Amino acid sequence: MSENTIHNNDYAVIGKSVPRIDGREKVTGAAKYTGDLKFPNMLYGKILTSPHAHARILSIDTSEAEKLAGVKAVITHKDVPSLKYGISPARWDENIFCIDKVRFVGDKVAAVACIDEETCYKALKLIKVEYEVLPAVLDPLTAMDEGQPLVHEEYERNINTEIHQEFGDMENAFKNAHHIRKDRFVGQRTYQSPIEPHSAISMWQDGKLTIYSSTQSPHYFQYYIAREFGMKMGDVRILKTYVGGGFGGKLEPTGLEFAGAVLAKNTGRPVKMFYDRAEMFAHNRGRHAQYMEITSAVDKDGKILGCHTNFIMDGGAYTSLGIASAYYAGALLPLTYEFDNYKFDMFRVYTNLPACGAQRGHGAPQPKYAFECHLDEIARDLNIDPLEIRIRNARRPNTVTPNDFGINSCEIKSCLERAGAMSGWAEKKGKLPKGRGIGVATGSFVSGAGYPIYRTNLPHASAMIKVHEDGTAATLYTGAVDIGQGSDTVLSQMAAEAMGFVYEQMKIVAADTETTPHDFGAYASRQTLMSGAAVKQAGEEVKRQLLDMAASMLQRPVYDLDVKAGEIFSISDSSVSLSFSDAAREFFVRRGPLVGKGSYTPPKLGGKFKGAAVGTSPAYSFCAQVSEVQIDEETGVIDVLDVWDVHDCGMVINPGLLHGQVHGALFMGLGESIWEQVLFDDKGKIVNANLAEYRLPTALDMPKVHSGLIDSYEPAGPWGVKEVGEGSTNPTMGCFANAIYDAMGVRINSLPLTYEKVWRALKEKREKEQAQK
Amino acid sequence: MQAIVDKEGIKRYLISLTVNGDTYTVVVKANTMLVNVLREELNLTGTKKGCETGDCGSCTVIMDGKPVNSCIILALEADGKEITTIEGVAQNGVLDKLQESFLNQTAVQCGYCTPGMILSAKALLTRNPNPTEHEIREAIAGNLCRCTGYVNIVKAIKEAAGQPVDEH
Ligand code: FES
Ligand code: FES
Repeated sequence: MSENTIHNNDYAVIGKSVPRIDGREKVTGAAKYTGDLKFPNMLYGKILTSPHAHARILSIDTSEAEKLAGVKAVITHKDVPSLKYGISPARWDENIFCIDKVRFVGDKVAAVACIDEETCYKALKLIKVEYEVLPAVLDPLTAMDEGQPLVHEEYERNINTEIHQEFGDMENAFKNAHHIRKDRFVGQRTYQSPIEPHSAISMWQDGKLTIYSSTQSPHYFQYYIAREFGMKMGDVRILKTYVGGGFGGKLEPTGLEFAGAVLAKNTGRPVKMFYDRAEMFAHNRGRHAQYMEITSAVDKDGKILGCHTNFIMDGGAYTSLGIASAYYAGALLPLTYEFDNYKFDMFRVYTNLPACGAQRGHGAPQPKYAFECHLDEIARDLNIDPLEIRIRNARRPNTVTPNDFGINSCEIKSCLERAGAMSGWAEKKGKLPKGRGIGVATGSFVSGAGYPIYRTNLPHASAMIKVHEDGTAATLYTGAVDIGQGSDTVLSQMAAEAMGFVYEQMKIVAADTETTPHDFGAYASRQTLMSGAAVKQAGEEVKRQLLDMAASMLQRPVYDLDVKAGEIFSISDSSVSLSFSDAAREFFVRRGPLVGKGSYTPPKLGGKFKGAAVGTSPAYSFCAQVSEVQIDEETGVIDVLDVWDVHDCGMVINPGLLHGQVHGALFMGLGESIWEQVLFDDKGKIVNANLAEYRLPTALDMPKVHSGLIDSYEPAGPWGVKEVGEGSTNPTMGCFANAIYDAMGVRINSLPLTYEKVWRALKEKREKEQAQK
Repeated sequence: MQAIVDKEGIKRYLISLTVNGDTYTVVVKANTMLVNVLREELNLTGTKKGCETGDCGSCTVIMDGKPVNSCIILALEADGKEITTIEGVAQNGVLDKLQESFLNQTAVQCGYCTPGMILSAKALLTRNPNPTEHEIREAIAGNLCRCTGYVNIVKAIKEAAGQPVDEH
């Protein structure tokens, strides 16, 4: 793999692959995740879920369960607030426990707290729920038909979200087109599958509720829990320990926090709640299955004149984060290629299946797969090289998308050119032996959402730095959430850089709503830019105060002083020096704690139309990917040989961690491309809710990865940063589909691109060819 | 094996196992899993649970030299066995070369798979100090990682085996 030069020359701490701040704890097994915690007198809790996809609850009898020795509490909807929740205020549609009916296999009905796990399972079996089974809506494509049962009575025709947006002059674009093409694609439901299962430990003390949770956003949990229980946010403390991956699946409260809070209150004891792997699948909130129709008009050079996307997505039984997924699906599509005329129609429908939410890349990866395949088809119609048609349409910096997203830095053209050069595109395209093919696709993503999930004027991120009394260490307090991506490390590097301090002496306290200042958390790839901006400001405030003290200690004007890597120096006289520690210690003696603080609120972004806020961001990442595959004609087996990934993600703070994000995104893209799919039986029950049959790629499946960077600087980000973790998920599925086409001349129009689908497509092609002879 | 029967008629067995060099005697039921003895009785929570069905490898420990999924090993089967968990890999606070190489190669993200990965790798390098890349991939094929794509994990194992590692 090659790595391009990055802006690291002038910096002491950022731009370097320093080791993770939590690395040692993680390699020794000392790192504690929520499930590893134990508290004195702690109980264990489990949730009883629905065995039916759609059923009326006629009665719930908990008396037998209550009698069992070791059972300390049993709760149902009667014992909890009936206020509906969800993360999208416009569509609050979920209850802590179902009241009159259940809406999917796995819907929450009751919960128990017991002295141990085994007693929980026994107690759950003793709860008698009488159901009247109702006809279920399992097919999103017919869910909107007249006469279908309703998942939620208040939502006619099972329409959860409906979007119709039109920008520019579509009619004219299509009238003047040289070529118009329509294609249809289908995406599948996948699941984030973090390796750590969800868990939450709740406890009460003097009216205050504390919850340790495996969460991506303590703040949102705090907000929703306080709201649900009518508490002051100050009386709810949410904190995380280490989190074993999230990928969007741990962004919203589960039943575990709500039920655990009530069980802990009723028993007066800490309660640990957890999902096992099958329950994780049932809770789900993974990627929506989307049905995507795309029609584009192009000129004779393949330049896109206008595009119409017409999508349906299977939302499952609740809104979850899906309203944002629905908007993202279409809103982010015009990022990578420049065109002025765009129409986006979407229906997100309710079905009696587990709810879908935000999975890495949010609504964007499947539409991107569809569009990248569609663009290759257009290129073929016009006899243009696929790489070339992308370069011709590539977005330029300082442009505005038809849906009013302002793009600052954008090096997608260079990404494409570089990926082409690294992969040897020109030598390979059209010249590879039969069975081998090469494909290209692009991706892009927001670096943080322009608006928070609920309406609030709080800053999006804030940070505090406290230099220790003797000046030898500094602690960063941030609400940002490290779920494995490395934000604790990156933000500590940023803090040290901004203060003129050293990384090795940084400590961090993160993601605790009581001890750390507010931050919205880990979603929408926001932390490097947004939390980073707050941290930079806090560091600069420390630096200002420190240099002011140094000026008085050294009897020199403050403008002549600077500090870097723990040493204060004079700009005019190299003989003058003072250590950061000595100046910081003196500061404490004379003036008290040396503290810096910072906060970040994005500027006002986006247009004025309905839904204009979703997809806005201060900055967007861009990337291009080329992959080479080998297909076995007999069996349809797909072997991905090499992948070249080139990124424009602004200034890179920690190249090691950044490439780690690229590898992980490619891995997830590979799984979703070929194997991963949540499957249901005809009663709406998941048939592969385990890690053997829901097939994640193993170490034997991963191709060679070559990850490259384009030098870029984003004016909206601190030190020029922008995101990488999600945008890099976007190109993979389309890239592989295009490579398969190149290898075999068959287009697989639905995900996953399984061996069987390839085999069937090859068989059909052969039969057609034979018939023509 | 010594057994006692409780009031409800459930049999419990006294087993003795050596974990990270120390011998422990614990009382278990016939269906108690090794992973729960390690985590709940001995408080060795470095051994993780990701699935409890033998599919993810997070609970990997080394038992008599072989990597095993401790979530599908009965505690009874571990009676008299020598077990190494992640807590026993570093010696006297000094990291093992695999732990060092995992840090060097940025092979850790969320860290949930890391203990299991390191133990599978350790068992490999003990029986085969100079594995090929394919052998490395085979040795960790039962350990799922959702974060890293295994790219840097494979590099870390190569580094620990003293093999050259490409820069990226
Ligand atoms: S927890 Fe043992 S293999 Fe997953
Ligand atoms: S580092 Fe997260 S699962 Fe491997």
